[in-house]
Amino acid sequence: MEDILGTVPAWRVLNREMDTQNEYQVDLGNLMAFDPFHHFTSIPSSREELVAECLSNGTELVQAIVSGVFNLPSTEDIDGPLVKLPPPTTKLPREKPLPKPKPPTRWEQFAKAKGIRNRKKDKVVWDEQTGTWKRRYGFDRVNDDADVPIIEAKMTDEPGVDPFAKRAAEKKERVQKNQKNQLQNLKTAAKAGALPSHVQLAATALPITGTQAAKKKFTKDELGNVAGLASTATASGGKFDKKLRGEKPVKNQGKHRKFLPVVEGSGIGSQEKEQTDRVLSKLISSNSHEILNVDKLIALEAALFVGQQQ
Amino acid sequence: MLKAKTPKYGRVKRELDKRAPKLVETGKKTLILQGTKTSNVLNTVLSEIYHLKRDNAIRYTRKNDSIRPFESGGETSLEFFSMKTDCSMFVYGSTSKKRPDNLVIGRTYDHHIYDLIEVGVENFKRMDSFTYDKKLAPQAGSKPFIVFSGEAFESVDELKHLKEVLLELLRGEVVDNLNLAGLGRVYVCTAISSNRVFLTHCAMRLKKSGTIVPRIELVEIGPSMDFVVRRHRLPNESLKKEAMKTAKDKLHKKIKNVSKDALQGKLGKIYVPDQKVGEMVLPNKAKGVKRERREAKVKNSNNERTSKKQKEDS
Repeated sequence: MEDILGTVPAWRVLNREMDTQNEYQVDLGNLMAFDPFHHFTSIPSSREELVAECLSNGTELVQAIVSGVFNLPSTEDIDGPLVKLPPPTTKLPREKPLPKPKPPTRWEQFAKAKGIRNRKKDKVVWDEQTGTWKRRYGFDRVNDDADVPIIEAKMTDEPGVDPFAKRAAEKKERVQKNQKNQLQNLKTAAKAGALPSHVQLAATALPITGTQAAKKKFTKDELGNVAGLASTATASGGKFDKKLRGEKPVKNQGKHRKFLPVVEGSGIGSQEKEQTDRVLSKLISSNSHEILNVDKLIALEAALFVGQQQ
Repeated sequence: MLKAKTPKYGRVKRELDKRAPKLVETGKKTLILQGTKTSNVLNTVLSEIYHLKRDNAIRYTRKNDSIRPFESGGETSLEFFSMKTDCSMFVYGSTSKKRPDNLVIGRTYDHHIYDLIEVGVENFKRMDSFTYDKKLAPQAGSKPFIVFSGEAFESVDELKHLKEVLLELLRGEVVDNLNLAGLGRVYVCTAISSNRVFLTHCAMRLKKSGTIVPRIELVEIGPSMDFVVRRHRLPNESLKKEAMKTAKDKLHKKIKNVSKDALQGKLGKIYVPDQKVGEMVLPNKAKGVKRERREAKVKNSNNERTSKKQKEDS
């Protein structure tokens, strides 16, 4: 036993810890140690010596951390002894600003002024109509308006008003009012910079007065197509233009000229003749009422007749 | 007009909540990326840093031509990537004639560049080139020790900065409880001169010493390299003050059903859950019984409350 104690470097560490000049700064929370007094007396010439010296110095520092960690109170676990590390002492910057406190909602302000406190309510309520336990809110809830099939008429009822429709409209109004209030609370939260991380307050564009709907936003695809089409409006048809990012080639670019086959096979027939015939017949048919100008003909005939007599 | 927009799926909401600013932060993610030109050495350095930080790092392997962290206007796409990946640290590698094997390590605050330090990599030895007993190989994701030695880390401004950045890059997750059986690796940083730092990664061998504190032996497992400090940019004072703010009161999680009594000590309330005897499968309650008979049976024994509406048969 004595022999082992004599040789362990733990001795040396103990000695060094006692030595006031060579005190290490140990941060157990980060498992970090720093020796601010270490310096090379002469920088070793070979790489191996340098590495060896760095490692020997590092070993001492690690030994200092390990002695700190192993002396912490530990609890046994299946995987091994667990120790509770102290919080890190080295101050490091945050990655994001501190979250801001959420401003109270209008109801919370009111409740505070009036001294109203939250009461806990049961999730299920005894329903006397059906004689069962039912949820307070949600599907198949207690006192659900939709469950009442008959509304008894009262003397004060106005004739011609559908009580069911009225009830539905009132409910809709209440829901809308609540949504409006929620939005108002969110706006104040946004102003304080404490909007919940999953909520975005998106601006919905106001429709221009006179138009029916808000202007549609173009999609990325549509813009790409339009950019491609626009680029063909140059002298080269867009061939030598620099392409924009996201620009797409023109879809279904129209064919401007169609050439007839040079050699006409037996089955095809004379396509060129057909084509000219078609054009001619179209022209003639559209102007057919001008072919026979009766007035002109009569005048011509009359002139000829006069000439013969003379 | 404003409209509250909320995610459609719970998963998206949870993901957004993870990215929200927290009172007590858990740890920074690291983005590892490169410029248009990298050397063979630098590629290995980047991939090995990624390998060591696998659990909270993201590696981008495409070339980035618009990133120049030290120049104005060259940080926009870096800040965008930081936003996109929710990383608050980055390691950017590039090589040029003027600055061969250049590594820029930086941090961001609120997705804007906080500070930067540029180092050159020299005398790099990759992980594969070290031979050691594979039993010593540390477990992935284990908490490393970090040791710094050298007076230059305190006297020289650049190295002081580098020390802080390296600590944040290498320290891993901040933990409350540490398993002593899982300890196994050390980063050793030594200042060789006023602008040169030797960094190596070692495995730890714990040996018996006769006391509860084991004797430590270090075995180099790589990677090991020299960092030569080039340029650095410290955060401006107001930003630093802002970023150093900490939550004064740590959030205490409410402990339910446990109370303390002066006489009896710690008291706990235990709720025995409903045993659901009615739902127990009985041997004669076969599933194959005809529907009418099954329903009749249920109707007869319907003393318990039913939460769902029964379907009405006509």
